[in-house]
Amino acid sequence: MIKIWSMKKNEDQASKKKPKTSAAQIRVQKDLTELDLPSTMKTNFPDPADLLNFTLTITPDEGMYKGGAFVFQFNINSNYPHEPPKVKCTQTIYHPNVDLEGNVCLNILREDWKPVLNLNSVMVGLQYLFLEPNADDPLNKEAAEELKRNREQFLYNVKTTMRGGALKGTQYAKVTA
Amino acid sequence: MAAAVAINGNASSGDWEGRYYHVDQILDRPGPRTDPSFLAGDEVKDFLRNKCKILVIGAGGLGCEILANLALSGFKDIHVIDMDTIDISNLNRQFLFRQKDVGHSKANVAAEFIMNRVPGVKVTPYFGKIQDKDEDYYLQFNLVICGLDSVEARRWINATLVNMVDPENPESLKPLIDGGTEGFKGQARVILPTVTSCYECSLDMLNKPTAFPICTIANTPRLPEHCIEWASVLEWPRVHGDKKMDTDNPEHIQWLYQIALHRAQEFKIEGVTYSLTQGVVKNIIPAIASTNAIIAASCCNEAFKIATSSAAYLNNYFMLIGTDGVYSYTFEHEKRDDCPVCGGESLDITLSKDWTVERLIEILVERQDIQVKKPSLSSPGKQIYFQAPPQLEEATRPNLEKKVSELVADGGEITVTATTLPFNLSLRVKYT
Repeated sequence: MIKIWSMKKNEDQASKKKPKTSAAQIRVQKDLTELDLPSTMKTNFPDPADLLNFTLTITPDEGMYKGGAFVFQFNINSNYPHEPPKVKCTQTIYHPNVDLEGNVCLNILREDWKPVLNLNSVMVGLQYLFLEPNADDPLNKEAAEELKRNREQFLYNVKTTMRGGALKGTQYAKVTA
Repeated sequence: MAAAVAINGNASSGDWEGRYYHVDQILDRPGPRTDPSFLAGDEVKDFLRNKCKILVIGAGGLGCEILANLALSGFKDIHVIDMDTIDISNLNRQFLFRQKDVGHSKANVAAEFIMNRVPGVKVTPYFGKIQDKDEDYYLQFNLVICGLDSVEARRWINATLVNMVDPENPESLKPLIDGGTEGFKGQARVILPTVTSCYECSLDMLNKPTAFPICTIANTPRLPEHCIEWASVLEWPRVHGDKKMDTDNPEHIQWLYQIALHRAQEFKIEGVTYSLTQGVVKNIIPAIASTNAIIAASCCNEAFKIATSSAAYLNNYFMLIGTDGVYSYTFEHEKRDDCPVCGGESLDITLSKDWTVERLIEILVERQDIQVKKPSLSSPGKQIYFQAPPQLEEATRPNLEKKVSELVADGGEITVTATTLPFNLSLRVKYT
């Protein structure tokens, strides 16, 4: 066998034994403890010992969704950050980029995810969807078309559904405080 | 020829005259590039054929080739792990398997085949997951070769082997040879845990899996793949709720196929088939037997050189690109200081048994050599103190008053992260 050990002798730092904490765990610890969130976003850990499953509540202080509290479920698997976190909206909301099942159309959650991105970027990206709903990348097609066609009507629909109203046969969740 | 006969007489029983004639051309005399510690002749042959224990992870496309190559180059104590069973679609390239073997364990069948075909070679199979085995298991080997198809399994074995390195025990450092193929492309690399760059260091080089924007899938499908993704990403959870999709379950694939096909007809898209559905949801990339053969050969070549020191080994990354002609490139992939597995700082720290977590944090902040601000601390599987987010800070705040010795055992590890650290710092705690 080659004598690898002789090569090691010259390195003092690297020769120390490493902890058994998984790379995904360390990375999540780093991401979470360095979160720099504005007052409009808050994380909640149902089990504080479990860093991989938590919710994020976004309460936009401007824009069309002002006054609502939108809750997203985050699930991070052991392949993070190779794979993006799984994020779903837990409420039925009227939004061009969120469908009625809570799926979110945010590029960095799927096709543009990179391991250099972190939880902070995802959270900021989500908040941006509420400030600037994007009608060109729709997941709720009707909402997107309404936004393009008639902004006033769209705004009215947003307000109605945020209060827990029904629209075209769909019952929406009450998200206002 | 006469010389070869005499030398072969020393090898283990079951060897016949001239069995290793060609391999012995390399082992009987040093060459211009052999390591100075190379002991030509009987000793190295005895090590290779009677002492060296090698682990092969994966008995699939690469694994079959690797097992055959190792057995034929004189490794005689080979272990193999694979959690999969043989599928009919494997038979075109996984040549240790026959039609009658479909449904059986890859590891078991491969081991049986090699032992029948190559006399004197012992192959010990394990039909299960690499995660079932602990450090003691991995410690028994001299070398590990991987022929895996999953990033997750590679990250696991890499982290396990890096973590296993014990500064007091040279035997704990196990060279890892990793092979991988994807269509006409492939790579082989040598990882000396904690010495060279590790698998995690190069995670950012990976191609990201093809993902389509979810809005395209939902509204403007143009490709058969869009329809299949629609069925698996959006329709499955909508219809089946929390029931998990099992990509190995033919009924599930059949359901996805029907849904995708219906969607495709609606949008006048052609090309949704059962096998494409399976390919998309399982993220199958067509495997090419000749790519596997080249990469497996390269891996076994490295295993042979490392086990015998008969020639300089790969430093440390070989890539093969066979998509347009044949191109290969070898380079030294550098270790990353901020690698979460092998990078970061590490420090031995001696504390009094009565010191609190708060005191430990003060000590860390004051230390000139680490310059850490606002550190967050955890031990494996347990948070000690988190600076943020507020809820976790509050939940862990009571620990500030506790003694470190109540939370972490003597010789235990604490992972420290902070914005000022490139990645993390690991502390090995000793108490006085």
